[in-house]
Amino acid sequence: MAYSDKVVDHYNNPRNVGTLDKNSTEVGTGLVGAPECGDVMRLQIRVNPETQVIEEAKFKTFGCGSAIASSSLATEWVKGRTVDDALAIKNTDIVKELSLPPVKIHCSVLAEDAIRAAIGDWKKKNGVGETVASPFAHGS
Amino acid sequence: MGSAAAQVEAPAGVTLPIYMDNHATSPLDPRVLEAMTPYFTSKFGNAASRNHAFGWEAEQAVETAREQIARLIGANAKEIIFTSGATESDNLAIKGIAEMYRERGNHIITQVTEHKAVLDTCKRLEKYGYRVMYLPVKANGIIDLEDLKRAMDEKTILVTIMAANNEIGVLQPIREIGKLCHEKGVLFHTDAVQAVGKVPFNVMADNVDVASISAHKIYGPKGVGALYVRRRNPRVQISAQIDGGGHERGMRSGTLNVPGIVGLGKACEIAQEEMDEEGRRLEGLRDRLKEKLESELDYVHVNGSMEQRLPGNLNMSFVYVEGESLLMGINDVAVSSGSACTSATLEPSYVLKALGLGDDVAHSSIRFGLGRFNTQAEVDYVAAKVIDIVKKLRELSPLYEMVKEGIDLTKIEWQAH
Repeated sequence: MAYSDKVVDHYNNPRNVGTLDKNSTEVGTGLVGAPECGDVMRLQIRVNPETQVIEEAKFKTFGCGSAIASSSLATEWVKGRTVDDALAIKNTDIVKELSLPPVKIHCSVLAEDAIRAAIGDWKKKNGVGETVASPFAHGS
Repeated sequence: MGSAAAQVEAPAGVTLPIYMDNHATSPLDPRVLEAMTPYFTSKFGNAASRNHAFGWEAEQAVETAREQIARLIGANAKEIIFTSGATESDNLAIKGIAEMYRERGNHIITQVTEHKAVLDTCKRLEKYGYRVMYLPVKANGIIDLEDLKRAMDEKTILVTIMAANNEIGVLQPIREIGKLCHEKGVLFHTDAVQAVGKVPFNVMADNVDVASISAHKIYGPKGVGALYVRRRNPRVQISAQIDGGGHERGMRSGTLNVPGIVGLGKACEIAQEEMDEEGRRLEGLRDRLKEKLESELDYVHVNGSMEQRLPGNLNMSFVYVEGESLLMGINDVAVSSGSACTSATLEPSYVLKALGLGDDVAHSSIRFGLGRFNTQAEVDYVAAKVIDIVKKLRELSPLYEMVKEGIDLTKIEWQAH
């Protein structure tokens, strides 16, 4: 499989790799995917309680190069946005940015799920709105 | 987090990319090419042309190749049938026997880690009313002979079990399988593609009735293979699957691929001369690679028996790292992975799953296939590169972090998709 230059760049230089304190009330954690499916993404955000702006985002991903690139890109995109703005990120945006082929679209779906799960976790911790469940059920 | 890009330099004498996927195919040995070349140009005759020198010359070359192949496997030259490759050989053997012996029975026994050329052929026969028993394998990849004994019934006409597995390199106990078959009057076919020329294989000592052989796995050309068909004790009969001019004793019509056949013969001759020494050398390189990887990395797992194994095969899982991402990091080394992401079906390797490995371990597997032209310097480079990339990808792996924190991954409710 040939990878796009952007996928290769994120794979070689992944942005925002790391771990935030999942017990902090400012931090939301999304853990999506499953080891037996070959991809697991963990995306974490630290949200400013005053402004609801995502000030920090970290990820770790077990998965193929496209899964790593999708989650790396997701951390870049959510940083600096408010949580509501971040929810507007769609998997199709990731597909377009990384030029993912059809067999890798599920990687982008997983990244969108991870964003939603992390924000949902933060909202739950802070009693903001209701937990946002992913409307995207995707086949394996 | 450092860059996952290449940071291991190739030493002097190592040319990139490195080919270490010799179970998929092998490079043509220059000596084989040299033997083949005249049969593309000046010696272009049709081996079936009986009335002129061009035909005689081609026929002579084919007969020499037949003898070279027969000698390597302990057969008689008359027992060698040329085909387009091992997939055709497997199809011809299994379908040809099923058809020929239909009145005697309709039961076939095989096992779950066979190549698709065998499994899919058996599946097709099931549609035509044959019963097929797919034996399981033990955790080491080897069948249990007791299972085979129990599976045989009065309707069993054929047992087809490979000599060596293409993914995990595990050797099946073909000698005992063949003995059991002969005691029960059942024919024994073996897909010997990965074994011939790599480990001792003798149709007499190993009680084999029919065997599939491929040229391109033993440093010969692609598109040519052979089928050994026993002529005595018992005399095996096979229904032709391709009809036409009645070539190859009526079992396989079609003008012979003379240059390819010459190449297959030469490849067998070289294998016979060099197999012992080459096997020892490859085993040494393979063990060196394994030891280096195991000494630097935790959570690595060898798939399949280390004792009953091809000398050039190493199949390892680097747990908590996904195989395709690992291949991407070592893109100047040609190996293959059991990861779903690398397969056309998006399913992880059925061979690894048959060993009882979880899908997650199958996703993490890499097959190293060492061959005639690999060097120690290449092995050292590949080991260093894999170690470097696995470490980097584990820094990126949430699973590795969780396991290091003492979290039991099996207790987590994963959102399977």
